[in-house]
Amino acid sequence: MNSAEKRRLEAIACRLRMGIIEGTYNAKSGHPGGSLSSADLLTYLYFKELDVRPDEPDWPDRDRFVLSKGHAAPVLYAALAERGFFPAEELKHLRHVGSMLQGHPSMKSTPGVDMSTGSLGQGVSTAVGMALAGKIGRKDYRVYALCGDGEIQEGQVWEAMMSAAHFDLDNFVVIIDFNRLQIDGRVTDVMNPEPLDKKLEAFGFFTQVVDGHDFDELESAFDKASLVKGRPSAIIMNTVKGRGVSFMEDNAGWHGKGPNAEEYERAMNELKARLARITGGAK
Amino acid sequence: MSEKKAATRDGFGRELAAMGHEFPDIVVLNADLSETTRTGYFEKEFPERHFNCGIAEANMMSIAAGLASAGYVPFASSFAMFAAGRAYEQVRNSIGYPHLNVKIGASHAGISVGEDGASHQCCEDIALMRTIPGMTIICPADEPEARAATRAAYHHDGPVYLRVSRFATPIISDWSNKEFEIGKGVTLREGNDVAIIATGIMVPEAVEAAKLLEAEGVNARVINMHTVKPLDAEIVTRAAKECGYIVTVEEHSVIGGLGEAVSSCVAENCPVPVKRIGVNDEFGYSGPAAELLKLFGLSAENIAKVSKELIGK
Repeated sequence: MNSAEKRRLEAIACRLRMGIIEGTYNAKSGHPGGSLSSADLLTYLYFKELDVRPDEPDWPDRDRFVLSKGHAAPVLYAALAERGFFPAEELKHLRHVGSMLQGHPSMKSTPGVDMSTGSLGQGVSTAVGMALAGKIGRKDYRVYALCGDGEIQEGQVWEAMMSAAHFDLDNFVVIIDFNRLQIDGRVTDVMNPEPLDKKLEAFGFFTQVVDGHDFDELESAFDKASLVKGRPSAIIMNTVKGRGVSFMEDNAGWHGKGPNAEEYERAMNELKARLARITGGAK
Repeated sequence: MSEKKAATRDGFGRELAAMGHEFPDIVVLNADLSETTRTGYFEKEFPERHFNCGIAEANMMSIAAGLASAGYVPFASSFAMFAAGRAYEQVRNSIGYPHLNVKIGASHAGISVGEDGASHQCCEDIALMRTIPGMTIICPADEPEARAATRAAYHHDGPVYLRVSRFATPIISDWSNKEFEIGKGVTLREGNDVAIIATGIMVPEAVEAAKLLEAEGVNARVINMHTVKPLDAEIVTRAAKECGYIVTVEEHSVIGGLGEAVSSCVAENCPVPVKRIGVNDEFGYSGPAAELLKLFGLSAENIAKVSKELIGK
């Protein structure tokens, strides 16, 4: 990836992070930590990988993305807004009564949301269903699902993995946001899911491990995944929960609360400064 | 009583296979039970549209949601215990909440599962499904009605829970010249001494009970309430007004099913005495289906007895 392209993506990722902070601040709740750790991935997906049409969210041949870790809705909404599915102004109404942006993704409420999620473990199964639909309909679209590293403690995730491999779904990519933290602490302390890569390989997936904050590594991983035939792909991303906001990084406490006014200012200033550095002052 | 018997699961399975020819958007999902739920008929003719998900009902229900989101009309089948029980939350969150067009073919409902015993005798599924907003629940009375209901479920826009049985039961209906209307109770027999409102395979028993009552000078109205949700409040309220006594019958717990749906409706619209016949908040046990149904009071004789007691005869 050339440096201009990388700067473009980094700038977008910065704006996604600002959208996360904007949303959770105005909502006075929400899940910034796990949203921030996925921000670079969502940037890559919505600005490099996914074939979608913001003016035609239900385009039948679109690529699908299921946010199986549904509590990271703030980053999905920020990405959809940035991509043009709806005005960014809506982010200020996240979780408010009557808002088109519900606390967890709601496909009936928000253009661009491919599946309602929130109850962990279910989204990835629905993504298997979408991939199956693509196969029997002889469609070219690809299906992507993002799971959390706590989420994969749910047995249903492994039912989904088993079935994706059984059905030879090479149009299916599962991404795991391995930020190593869940509500009650480190995932390895709460219910150790390791070794993740060996498990996914054993389940029949073409498995890669990347730095989830490195666009070159993400690009390489998705490019390799797109060439795999006859079996699904898994990308395990090593990430930092809360990445991009210094006082939220690697902190389980920022799993599920909104920043207060002072924290909002600090976070936004950090992100604005970073954005200015990336763009060299230009917007 | 008609000597012709068939299982409602057969009606479901055969109609599904027939519809497979007419509607290319139907897909069928199974959890290792295709032979016994009769989705195997569809599987044989349309293997490319049938997905065995193995013994993984939660995954199956969410997969069905994904298929529905892509424009297919999935029929996802398992035993009632696992379709409504184990996968309850998937039905509620993946299918119910986004109101996706998935039809759940739940077979082996109730006590009449028989020898498999309590772990498989699901008497709670109607209650569970009733609590999901937007869910339509249909319990066909016999094999022809199961066919009509399966077809109606396909044409209905939204999630449907179709409850069928393992056990072969009497055929009493003929839907060849009538339109099956979801949400509309069917008066099978007029009468004003007591109204017997039944669903599923208890409907033929209710019809028999009315004959027994007639012999004793009691004129019972019999209503086939195939759709438990949405309940036909009009026919229930009219029955309360005109009969003054209601007996409900279902192969299901007395908690949360047809009986309580009718009781709530009656209490709010036209309070009259109601007696619920069903499984009395207890687990089932092993035995031949016919014997168990009698032991649990799910028989024409008991329906007649309870009706007479209710009206004080």
